[in-house]
Amino acid sequence: MTDIGLPASVEAIRRSHEDPHRLGHTGHGREAPVEGAGHGTTGPANKRILVGYGFWIFLLSDIVMFSCFFAAFAVQRDATAGGPTMADIVDIPRVAIETAALLLSSYTCMLSFAATNARNLLWTQFFLLLTGLLGLVFVLLEAQEFIELVGRGFTPQRSGMLTAFFGLVGLHGLHVTLGGMWLATMMAQVQIKGFRREIVHRLICFNLFWHALDIVWIGIFTIVYLIGSGA
Amino acid sequence: MSNIESDRRHAAAVNAPEDHAPGDEPREDSGRWVRNANIGLGFSVVLTVAAFLLTVSPVIYGPSVPVALIVLAIAQMGVHLVFFLHITTGPDNTNNVLALAFGVLVVFLVVVGSIWIMDHLTHNMMPMEQPMQMGR
Repeated sequence: MTDIGLPASVEAIRRSHEDPHRLGHTGHGREAPVEGAGHGTTGPANKRILVGYGFWIFLLSDIVMFSCFFAAFAVQRDATAGGPTMADIVDIPRVAIETAALLLSSYTCMLSFAATNARNLLWTQFFLLLTGLLGLVFVLLEAQEFIELVGRGFTPQRSGMLTAFFGLVGLHGLHVTLGGMWLATMMAQVQIKGFRREIVHRLICFNLFWHALDIVWIGIFTIVYLIGSGA
Repeated sequence: MSNIESDRRHAAAVNAPEDHAPGDEPREDSGRWVRNANIGLGFSVVLTVAAFLLTVSPVIYGPSVPVALIVLAIAQMGVHLVFFLHITTGPDNTNNVLALAFGVLVVFLVVVGSIWIMDHLTHNMMPMEQPMQMGR
């Protein structure tokens, strides 16, 4: 720090120029803590940080619930009771399209939030709509898969493996469906109420939710479909 | 919000014509978000395509494919956490990282514990065919 008492903000600008990626982590040491981070004597954290943190806790508990379904599937994987094995019911091309749709929807969701930060209503709505349509593609493909399986007599009652499969994949599909309804609600709210603070906070939460769904899907397409199709 | 961003906010406070109230949020630029999204999408596409190709091509030793797939999945989850969910090492992210660490611990205990216990149970069980034949 310099000896002359520069205003804190000027000092901060100098810091961000000298150490743009904060490799020195000067915020931790003797120097002034970062404002709005809820550290030191700078007062409580911003509302948006608190909102994000609270929703993050919910998402982690949601992921813990998914982990129970993953564990059930891992345990029941070979409990086919003479029925179909995983390799019999996996349709890799459809899973690839589902994965692409969900990954791209995660990307457009992020772009919509970038537009939200630029306070651009049109692009926010456009990318939210795109996110919703890609989510719809995903849900319809999954519904098609379930209907085909049931048509071949592979219902959840058939074997322990199918119970766990329908439970895990169906729970994720239910999450995507509910997320799509939330998305439609957010589009209406943004349109009517504009970028008010609480609306932006809800958009933050929706973004976190949608990305978390994609993370869960990574686990599903790897453990259920790809490993299931090979072994 | 990262450290550097809050520094930018100071910069904005110097340049902007109006003051901010405590707890007020300045506008953020969208460029950083778009860049993050692009990087995240790039990594994710590479990792996903690699995972799907591994199942069809005989590039690596067959029995090791599941392990390779799990490694790719964990890598992609990391990419999503950093570039999409913005979990960083900044001081304003300490709480998020701690919550994540606890979540990962619980997930690990549930999944590995279940597999471990149920595997031992299956291993110690009598073969299914024999008791059924004895009953007849």
